[in-house]
Amino acid sequence: MNGGNGIAIDVKGLTKSFGGREVVHDLSMQVKRGSIYGFLGPNGSGKTTTIRILCGLLTPDSGEGTCLGYDIRRDAEKIKRQVGYMTQRFSLYQDLSVRENLEFVARLYGLADARGAARDMIQRLGLSGREEQLAGELSGGWKQRLALGACTLPSPKLLLLDEPTAGVDPKARRDFWNEIHALASDGLTVLVSTHYMDEAERCHEIAYIAYGHLLTHGTVEEVIAKSALTTYTVTGEDLNGLGAALTGKPGVDMVAPFGTSLHVSGRDVAALEASIAPWREKSDLHWHKSSPSLEDVFIELMGRSKDNF
Amino acid sequence: MSLSDQAAPTHEIRERFGFWKRSYAMLVKEFIQLKRDRVSFAMIVMLPVMQLLLFGYAINTTPHNMPSAVLLQEDSDLARSVLKALENTAYFRFIYEVHDVDDFDNLLKSGKVLFGVEIPRGFERAVRRGDRPALLVAADATDPIAASAALGSLGMVVQTALAHDLYIGNPPEMPFEIRAHARYNPAASSSLNIVPGLVGTILTMTMLIFTALSVTREVERGTMESLLSMPIKPVEVMFGKIIPYVLVGFVQAFLIIGIGVGLFGVPVLGNLFLLALLSTLFITTNLSIGYTISTVVQNQLQAVQMSMMVFLPSILLSGFMFPFAGMPAWAQYVGEALPLTHYLRIVRAIMLKGATMQNLRFDALALAILMLVAMTIAVTRFRRTLD
Repeated sequence: MNGGNGIAIDVKGLTKSFGGREVVHDLSMQVKRGSIYGFLGPNGSGKTTTIRILCGLLTPDSGEGTCLGYDIRRDAEKIKRQVGYMTQRFSLYQDLSVRENLEFVARLYGLADARGAARDMIQRLGLSGREEQLAGELSGGWKQRLALGACTLPSPKLLLLDEPTAGVDPKARRDFWNEIHALASDGLTVLVSTHYMDEAERCHEIAYIAYGHLLTHGTVEEVIAKSALTTYTVTGEDLNGLGAALTGKPGVDMVAPFGTSLHVSGRDVAALEASIAPWREKSDLHWHKSSPSLEDVFIELMGRSKDNF
Repeated sequence: MSLSDQAAPTHEIRERFGFWKRSYAMLVKEFIQLKRDRVSFAMIVMLPVMQLLLFGYAINTTPHNMPSAVLLQEDSDLARSVLKALENTAYFRFIYEVHDVDDFDNLLKSGKVLFGVEIPRGFERAVRRGDRPALLVAADATDPIAASAALGSLGMVVQTALAHDLYIGNPPEMPFEIRAHARYNPAASSSLNIVPGLVGTILTMTMLIFTALSVTREVERGTMESLLSMPIKPVEVMFGKIIPYVLVGFVQAFLIIGIGVGLFGVPVLGNLFLLALLSTLFITTNLSIGYTISTVVQNQLQAVQMSMMVFLPSILLSGFMFPFAGMPAWAQYVGEALPLTHYLRIVRAIMLKGATMQNLRFDALALAILMLVAMTIAVTRFRRTLD
């Protein structure tokens, strides 16, 4: 393997602006080889831009780093040979069949037996019998499968997946993640951006990015611990009223409804408890102190980062 | 079934001939897409056929049955005989017979007739005396092509028609003079080379549009993002996109020349192989220019608009529509920068004059230079990133 130091992606201080607007700000990250690295953040937070910088589709305004041991500025061509990039929008040819799309990719990467490689991939994807179907006519789940197949076809060392499971049903999503884990256990490094918390929890490491800033990173446990958030879960009557009353009180950093319960979180435990004290004794409310979920942490991070911009 | 169920068969990557393999991958892809795009595919055949039939027949240099009037100032047998002969040429169809000069002029002026024949008083007697009286044929030459062709062939056809006339016999020269008068446009110019010119015009139009759309289409459909993330170089993309259309252009050229020869009786005096060779050069030049447009514009609409910006001057300043020599110097300079100008000279010279490579080397060289310039711009303009 290139680099050989166990780090697949190592970038420092990446900055990228479009039309005077800074989309990625001073972003540094390290991704270990063979790990699944989750990239989270709200829409427009700079996830896609970062991924495009990593695979050489965009040049950063400043910052440097390596991808698979190659310099992201100078060696974009070498990086492209070993990276599979799955775009957010389906970007294979809709008017080409499954087989033709795969053969096209195989030929571009110079596979010695393009037809054979495409045939094997069709079998592995479970697309046998559909190889002559046009890619544009496939359902969302099959399109996503085909796209993953196409970007793993040339046996890349790094996969960059940009919201691969958007608009895909839960069963297909689960299958997809099983495949990602299988690929990672074979030594492939995967960087995947997502909005789904359950997917984030299946990653070895995650990073949260908002408005171009990398706010936190680490394993799921580390991220939760780092947040130093205290969360109370409330169940009972008129939670909407309670939520409205608590919002903005000292120590209450976040109020979020979760189904039949309400999550009230804050970093300053004393202030939080003082603020909720008047409602603690009410007989129709049931209070329960819990550790925050990843979602609590992210919503709180998002709310906090918004204040800064 | 999932990706993990089976061990991945490893496929070897070979770096040799990478350039050709990647260009080939692109070429195969473009061919398949072209094949799937039924409308475009139909256009490849329909466009030249329809244009040729429409242009070919509309700009017909040998029109028939043109509405005519006769100003009869003498009702003699000879006059009737001459009129009959004129009508037999199939050029003229006499729909008015007048006896007054003003009526005659008005018919021409109003456009009710395109031709007027005046048979003067004492015509028959003058012919018998051998005075060679004048037979005035007035033409509405606002349509110069129609007028000049009919006027040009007038003398011959009338003489032939009258050859066995009872009254005249078969004299060594015309017993009377035909005095043609091209009204409204005395300096009537006409293009006799419409069909060869159409080969170039149609090819310019279709080839420009096809490649002008090719890169923007990838951008608009979102496929450019994944194409750029793969290890393919701008030159390879360009070759892959141009080569399929060289074949398309060849088919079109073949169709147009075939119809031109078969239907319009245009000769091909020169070497067919030379014609094919230089046509291929011209096709590739246009494809390169279209491809360059494609790398400059933002979307498909702009691509079409910009193609028109090249196409329009090509039609007007290349010598297709107006004689090249008659244009002002600046227009001639612009014309020299257009591939169509050079190809028109080539195709007309080969088809109509039987020219050889020796005669055409300047124009062939000009085409090659234009092609290389366009390709260089395209490759440098092609954005390898999404910046």
